[in-house]
Amino acid sequence: MATAAETPGYRRIYVWEFPVRLYHWVNAICVVLLAATGFLIGSPIAIVHSTEAYQQYWFGIVRFTHFVTAFIFFFNFLVRIYWGFAGNRYARWDRFIPTSGAKVKEIFEVLRVDILQMKLKGRLWIGHNALAGLIYFLTFFVFLFQSITGFALYSSMSSSFLPGLFAWIVPVMGGDFAVRQWHHVFMWFFVVFAIIHVYLVFYHDYVEGRGTTSSMVGGWKFERRDVLDERVGHNDHRDR
Amino acid sequence: MEKMPSLWQAMEQKGYSRREFLQFCSFAAALAGIEASGIGSVVEAFETKHRPPVVWLHFQECTCCSESFIRSSHPIVADVLLDTLSLDYSETLQAAAGHQAEKCLRDTMTKYAGEYILLVEGSVPMLDDGIYCTIGGRSANDILQETAKDAAAIIAWGSCASNGCIQSADPNPTNATPIHKLVDKPVINVPGCPPIADVMTGVVTHILVFGRIPELDSQGRPKEFYGRRVHDTCYRRPYYDAGMFVEAWDDEKARKGFCLYKMGCRGPVTYNACSVTRWNEGTSYPIQSGHGCIGCSENNFWDNGPFYRHLASFPGFGIESTADRVGTAVGIAAAAGVAAHAITTNIRKRKLIDETMDESAEAKRKGGDA
Ligand code: HEM
Ligand code: SF4
Repeated sequence: MATAAETPGYRRIYVWEFPVRLYHWVNAICVVLLAATGFLIGSPIAIVHSTEAYQQYWFGIVRFTHFVTAFIFFFNFLVRIYWGFAGNRYARWDRFIPTSGAKVKEIFEVLRVDILQMKLKGRLWIGHNALAGLIYFLTFFVFLFQSITGFALYSSMSSSFLPGLFAWIVPVMGGDFAVRQWHHVFMWFFVVFAIIHVYLVFYHDYVEGRGTTSSMVGGWKFERRDVLDERVGHNDHRDR
Repeated sequence: MEKMPSLWQAMEQKGYSRREFLQFCSFAAALAGIEASGIGSVVEAFETKHRPPVVWLHFQECTCCSESFIRSSHPIVADVLLDTLSLDYSETLQAAAGHQAEKCLRDTMTKYAGEYILLVEGSVPMLDDGIYCTIGGRSANDILQETAKDAAAIIAWGSCASNGCIQSADPNPTNATPIHKLVDKPVINVPGCPPIADVMTGVVTHILVFGRIPELDSQGRPKEFYGRRVHDTCYRRPYYDAGMFVEAWDDEKARKGFCLYKMGCRGPVTYNACSVTRWNEGTSYPIQSGHGCIGCSENNFWDNGPFYRHLASFPGFGIESTADRVGTAVGIAAAAGVAAHAITTNIRKRKLIDETMDESAEAKRKGGDA
């Protein structure tokens, strides 16, 4: 470990390419909008400012927003899956799946060092660590689940092609009611995810001081030059 | 083989005029969704085709389907289907009883093998060899299998026969099972508790006129009657889109007839024709009478309580817990966990954070551009 006296200087690394950043923020906005409008659809607040139904349409607009956002959310998600095969090493699909025993060990290390804090220092990774990757992987399944159930519900109010592709889930789940119930339940996943996700970004930035938060804006993270010089290329992590 | 009279012959015998017969034909055509130019073929079908014999079985049910059926809105429909189209075997409506009735069933089955329409009302208990529902000493499943074998078409009346309904409510003590899970022939599901009388006659009419079963959806329901949600044609729908909801049963909004969504209306997740055909000769339907739809034609509606919320209570957390309540609790727990973690970090990782600070201070002191 470097001592203060031999501070080695830092170098920028371009981690998150533009498509990844764009995906991230489009997704973030969509999820917030979908959860907010979805919650309103589930529990509409009492807004009545007119005497006749034809004079107001706020609930229709909320639902419309939900549906339009849903389409953007869905296609944005597809683009990200594509980028998992086309993007740089930090964006690649294998970042999200613990494919080796080493990755599994990594997960336990992150749990011990960052979550339970049983150990104070551990390795640092430039892209996602293995635990984060796995959580994002599971999150993709929830995206998929929300898309399938959402479009299945939508198929009863739309004659367009895409929603029709998902109508099969309705009999599988035992009817629109069940689909809707679970679609609603999984909204809470996004709320809980958002709380923990945003916190952990701040946490890593605070403890590690490598520009984690801003990396999703500009794409840059910072790493000690000496560490990079010797390690990058074969193993993109460093010991603290 | 002895043939049944045609519908027209039967009606004539009962003293109906030609005019009434033609009226009936156009009514039946409309019910079956046939366009006006096709009425001729309906007339012809009813004049020439021998009406098929009908066997109507009753298993675990409350007879509300039969009750509904005899209230078809067109008097002739009811009359024809019940008297003229005499139900050859129906425990509720037949005149015969006991051995006589059993013989009736046997006769119909042998005489018209491959021709009769089998209508089933009620679910079949499968637990303990079906001991919970026996007729003439035989289990419901036994009777069903035997009658289904030579049936030309099978219609499952109501939610019991289509989905299991109340008898199959958790924990389903008799293992009440819907018909389509027991026979390996196509079954027309006509769910509802009960189904709408005019839908029932419409389905039978379709088979009579076309000689084949109507187009079914993925849950075996005739598309013509179950293709749309109650919500899609509900006359309160403008209030839904406007966001004008009844908030309490006795509020001003209830009196004005606002949308019942917040009172638990299941119209948005229920496929049925209530808001189109309505009930009792088109008089009304639950929502028109001021009560939300409880989704009685949907699978599992009996376990999806409470009926006065549009989503069910959250499974495994007691009757009063909604997904939102559980979700809020989990959300608060997450926020609390995160706060606790932040505090722990500042204590446990103090040394590490200080080291980083020192590193920075050192660099600054040296004037380097680290
Ligand atoms: C982040 C993802 C999403 C979240 C958090 C979310 C959340 C919700 C919630 C909470 C509801 C209200 C359910 C209720 O209480 O009845 C809802 C309804 C609905 N959502 Fe989503 N949703 C998401 C994605 C989607 C997608 C991708 C679609 C696809 C079209 C979709 C389509 C629908 C539809 C059709 C409804 C029913 C609306 C109605 O009948 O008025 N949702 N959503
Ligand atoms: S009353 Fe029920 S079915 Fe009618 S618009 Fe409202 S939610 Fe839909």
